[in-house]
Amino acid sequence: MDIRELQGYASFFMTIVLVMLLYGYIIYLYRSEKKGEKDYEKLGKIALDDEIDSKPINDSSASPSENKEQNK
Amino acid sequence: MQSNAALEYDYSVAKLFTYTTILFGFLGMLIGTLIAAQLAFPELNYLLGEYGTFSRLRPVHTNTVIFGFTVSGVFATFYYVGQRVLKVSMAESKFLMFIGKLHFWLYFIGALLATISLLLGYSQSKEYAQYEWPIDVVIVVIWVLWGVSVFGLIGIRREKALYISIWYYIATFLGIAMLYLFNNMAVPTYFVSGGLGNIMHSVSMYSGTNDALVQWWYGHNAVAFGFTVPIVAMIYYFLPKESGQAIYSYKLSLLSFWGLMFIYLWAGSHHLLWSTVPDWMQTMGSVFSVVLILPSWGSAINMLLTMKGEWNQLTENPLIKFMVLASTFYMLSTLEGPIQAIKSVNAIAHFTDWIPGHVHDGVLGWVVFMIMAGLFHMAPRMFKREIYSKKLLEAQFWLQTTAVVLYFTSMWIAGITQGMMWRAVDEYGNLMYSFIDTVTVLHPYYAIRALSGVLYLVGFLMFAYNMYKTMTSSRELSEEPQFRSPMA
Repeated sequence: MDIRELQGYASFFMTIVLVMLLYGYIIYLYRSEKKGEKDYEKLGKIALDDEIDSKPINDSSASPSENKEQNK
Repeated sequence: MQSNAALEYDYSVAKLFTYTTILFGFLGMLIGTLIAAQLAFPELNYLLGEYGTFSRLRPVHTNTVIFGFTVSGVFATFYYVGQRVLKVSMAESKFLMFIGKLHFWLYFIGALLATISLLLGYSQSKEYAQYEWPIDVVIVVIWVLWGVSVFGLIGIRREKALYISIWYYIATFLGIAMLYLFNNMAVPTYFVSGGLGNIMHSVSMYSGTNDALVQWWYGHNAVAFGFTVPIVAMIYYFLPKESGQAIYSYKLSLLSFWGLMFIYLWAGSHHLLWSTVPDWMQTMGSVFSVVLILPSWGSAINMLLTMKGEWNQLTENPLIKFMVLASTFYMLSTLEGPIQAIKSVNAIAHFTDWIPGHVHDGVLGWVVFMIMAGLFHMAPRMFKREIYSKKLLEAQFWLQTTAVVLYFTSMWIAGITQGMMWRAVDEYGNLMYSFIDTVTVLHPYYAIRALSGVLYLVGFLMFAYNMYKTMTSSRELSEEPQFRSPMA
């Protein structure tokens, strides 16, 4: 097996792995929202309510546990 | 950092890049129109001696519209959108303000030097990567400065979640950095030869087929990370904000993002179909190009669905019209590209005018429309004045839309005619046409393209005039508009 053939196989298997990762990500997104751990759709409001003094959707000064509460 | 009641977003760097977007847009499109006319009327090659020939001006056109107009637009919108979605002002960090201004001035001086170098004929002879090594070094410094701004603003943000546009801006930064560095790896011959020859000259570190592969991995992904990713960043902010409608599906925007990142980087070898690169690599390029429809349409459809129930805004607000048309042209060109990447179609399309036709329905219809709409949205907020003229905006929209349609339809016809004529053989297997036969047949289409260039350029001047009047003499606003941009 020469280097070109090896490259071909490497490319093929890497594609399979990346496809699995991408589908895994889709499942993760929907599952975490269904379980109530995350709310992705509320992040769309970041663009609409973007005044400098408006309340952040996810506050960076809040502690991780507070943010977890906010995400519910 | 604590909130401050008097704190405001600082748009000084965004304004500077807005000016260069307009300046380089005009210059790049002017040269584009001139070289389109040169293809139809060759005597126009002799206007300015060696500096006015097609071969000298074509790289000036492409580099000015890519690295001048588009990249300025990306920077301008980033320095505007970045602050707003991260809810942090540039004024809060003297360091970031300094970096932002340094970024601009180095960019401006670098752009002038780069353009002069191309006019003088210094070129690496790689498409969209013509700049010689000293210019490349300056570009790397400019890019790093932008990176400091991007990650610096992210570092001091109040909004913890990174809005989807920021993801796309980060991808633009990382993608272009990687592509630019690898494709421009070159050895300056002056230094390795002990002082022989021109100091500007260099030789690529790759050769032959490898060079071609790296070049088109770069070339195609420069389209990805220069003309797609940052423009998607813009539409994900400006369309929701202008219409007052949140993105239809935030999850779909995340999926499309990762889909685009995953697939785009593999599609570049479709530029080398039927060439000497390994067969599997050509097939991979074709397959990934077709799959690329999914994430591209994912973003575009997400944008169109954002307007669900609000389609009346399309008739009432010209900026929505610009953005919806931009999104539609994005769908058209991301369907057309994969069609051209199918091997059997490519056998006809390769090297023909269908290719510049495809590029221009993407850039004129999608990239330029979106950048202009973004700047029009920003103008009332940055200059605290309403947009000078709605009528001018409407007229510009229809003029430029007509120009884009004329451009791509003429190039479709020209390209397919050309491809068919090159392949045509008589009953004995001899080629039926010589090259000049095709040129004669294509002349009217080249003339139509030149005309479309003139129309588009006039539209761009209308945009520049409208922006200038908005900045200087339009009615002042007492408070910032929340969603829809006010216009007279």
